[in-house]
Amino acid sequence: MKTATVTDSTRVDPSATPPTELVPMRYPGRRLAALLVLLVAASLGFSVVTNDNFEWPVVWEYLFNPEIMAGLRTTLVLTGVSMSLGIALGIVLAACRMSENRVLSSLSGAYLWFFRGTPLLVQLIFWFNLSALYPRLSLSLFGGPEIVGAATNGVLNLWAVAIIGLTLNESAYMAEIVRGGLLSVPKHQSEAAIALGMNRWLTFRRVVLPQALRVIVPPTGNQVIGMLKHSSLVSIIALADLLYSAQLIYSQNFRTIPLLVVISLWYLVCTTVLSYAQSHIERHYGRGVHGGAQRPGGLAKLRALGSRLSQRSRSNDNPTPA
Amino acid sequence: MSATTSVPDGTDTPTADPIVRIIDLHKSFGPVEVLKGVDLEVHRGQVVVILGRSGSGKSTMLRCVNHLERPSRGTVVVDGEVIGYRIKGDKLHELSPSAVAKQRTRTGMVFQAYNLFPHMTVLENLIEAPRRVKGVNKAEAVKDALQALEEVGMAHKADVYPSTLSGGQQQRVAIARALVMKPSVMLFDEPTSALDPELVGEVLNVMKRLATSGMTMIVVTHEIGFARGVADEVVFMSEGRLVEKGPPSQVIDAPVHESTRLFIDSIL
Repeated sequence: MKTATVTDSTRVDPSATPPTELVPMRYPGRRLAALLVLLVAASLGFSVVTNDNFEWPVVWEYLFNPEIMAGLRTTLVLTGVSMSLGIALGIVLAACRMSENRVLSSLSGAYLWFFRGTPLLVQLIFWFNLSALYPRLSLSLFGGPEIVGAATNGVLNLWAVAIIGLTLNESAYMAEIVRGGLLSVPKHQSEAAIALGMNRWLTFRRVVLPQALRVIVPPTGNQVIGMLKHSSLVSIIALADLLYSAQLIYSQNFRTIPLLVVISLWYLVCTTVLSYAQSHIERHYGRGVHGGAQRPGGLAKLRALGSRLSQRSRSNDNPTPA
Repeated sequence: MSATTSVPDGTDTPTADPIVRIIDLHKSFGPVEVLKGVDLEVHRGQVVVILGRSGSGKSTMLRCVNHLERPSRGTVVVDGEVIGYRIKGDKLHELSPSAVAKQRTRTGMVFQAYNLFPHMTVLENLIEAPRRVKGVNKAEAVKDALQALEEVGMAHKADVYPSTLSGGQQQRVAIARALVMKPSVMLFDEPTSALDPELVGEVLNVMKRLATSGMTMIVVTHEIGFARGVADEVVFMSEGRLVEKGPPSQVIDAPVHESTRLFIDSIL
C-alpha cells in the first residue's frame, strides 16, 4: 500500500494510508515559564538562607524553647476546644436555620448576621471588656430577682474570653457549612430511607449525615486550619498563645525576626499535619463516590500493596530503556 | 361522641379481604388538586398496573399508600391498618412520625431513580433497614439479603458500591432492598423510566418473577407490554380521577373511555 507522501498538511489522498505514529505537540513556552519561576524561587531561597538578618542560629536556639512550647500547647488546646464547640453549636444553628419554626430560623439568621458581620478581633476585645457592660453576670428574667450570679471578671478569665470569642464566631461559619452539606443530599435519599420504615432520626444519622459529611468535611478542614491561625488574635487580650509567647521573648531581646520565623515554622508544622489528616478523612467520606469498586478491606489493601511491590521489583529487574 | 363510642380506639379496622383499600382519596398541593377522590381495592396476590399521562396523579396516589404524601382527605388501609392515622370516635387523628415509620414496613417501594444509598455497599444497603428498624441480628440480615440478591440475580455484586452498577442492576438491588423487609405489598413508581432501553428488560423480568411468586404489587408504569402480560387489573387515571378499571384485555385492547383510548393510541 502506498503511504501519504505530502508533508505538513492535514489533507490526505483518498487512495493513500495516512501514517499512524503520533508526535505530541510541544509547548516551549511552558518550559521557559517554568525555568523563569524556578530561577526566581531559587534566588529567593538563596537570599533567605544567606541573609544574616534571619539569624538562623537564633531560630534554632528558640525552636524548642519551653515558653514557645507552652505557647504552642495553648494554641493547640484553644484551637481544639473552640473548634469542637464551634462545630457543635454550628450544627444546632444549622438545624434551627432549616427548621420550619419561623422564630427559630430567623433567630438563627440574626445570629449569623451579627457574628459573620463583625470582625473576630472586635468580638474578642468586646468579650474581654464585657465587665464594663455587665459588671455582674446573673440569671434572672426581665430584670427580676437574681437566681444565680457572680462578678463578670470572676467568671470570665482570659481562657474563657478567648474560647467564647472564637467559638461564637466559628459557629456562625460552621452553621452555613453544615447547612450547605445537608442541602446537598438529594431529597430522594431521605425518601428512600423513610419508605423502608426508618424514622427521622435514623434517616438523618444513617443516610443524610454520612452523605452530607462528604460536603461538610473539606471546608471544615479549612476552618480548622483557619482557626489555628486566627487563634493568634487572642494575643491582643494577652493570652499566652504561640504568637504572644514569641512577643514576650522578642520584647526583651529584640530578636523579632528569628522569633517570628520560629512560630511560623510551628504554624506550618501544625497546618501540614492537619491537611494530611483532612485528606484522609475526606477519602473516608468519599467512599462509594469516586469509583473504588470494592470496599478496601484489610485484605484488599494487603493485596494492593503486594501487587505494587511486585511491580516495582519487576521494573527493577527489567529497567525500561530510556 | 355517644353514637360512635362503639368504634374501637385503635388503628385496626375489621379485616377485609383486600390488602390495600384506597377510599375517597384527595390530595392538593397548594391550590392544585392532584387527586380528586380515588377509590381502589387491591387483593392479596394481585398485580395492579396504573396507567395515565404524567400529571394525572398516579405517582401521588402511590405515594399516599405509604404516606410519603399526606392525603388532604380520605383513607388508605394497608393490611387492615389505617395508614398515618388512628381512629378515635368519628375522626382520624394523625399518628406520630415514628408510628407511621413502623407502619411503612408493610409496604416496599421502588423508585424511578433507584435511590440506593451511595455510601453503603450493596449488602449494606440491604441489611440497613432490617437491622435498625426490625432489629434483626446481623447474621440473619446478611443471610436474608444474600438470598434476596440471589433472587434478583445480583448476589455476585454484594460487596460493591452502587455507583459501579448499571441502572438496571441498581434497580434490581433496590427491589431486593425493599423485599428484605418482607412487605405485604410492593409499590413501583415508574421503575423503568430512568433506564436505557436495553436495561428495561432485566428489571421487568425480575418484576414478572416477583408477580408469579404471589407478591401483591401496585405498579405505575408506561410499559404496556408488562401491563398486558402480568397485570391482573389495569387502572387508567386522568386528571386526578380513576377513569377506567378492568383486566388488561379490556382497558388496553378495548378501552371504553375516550381519554383512555387516546392515551393507549399515543403510546403504542
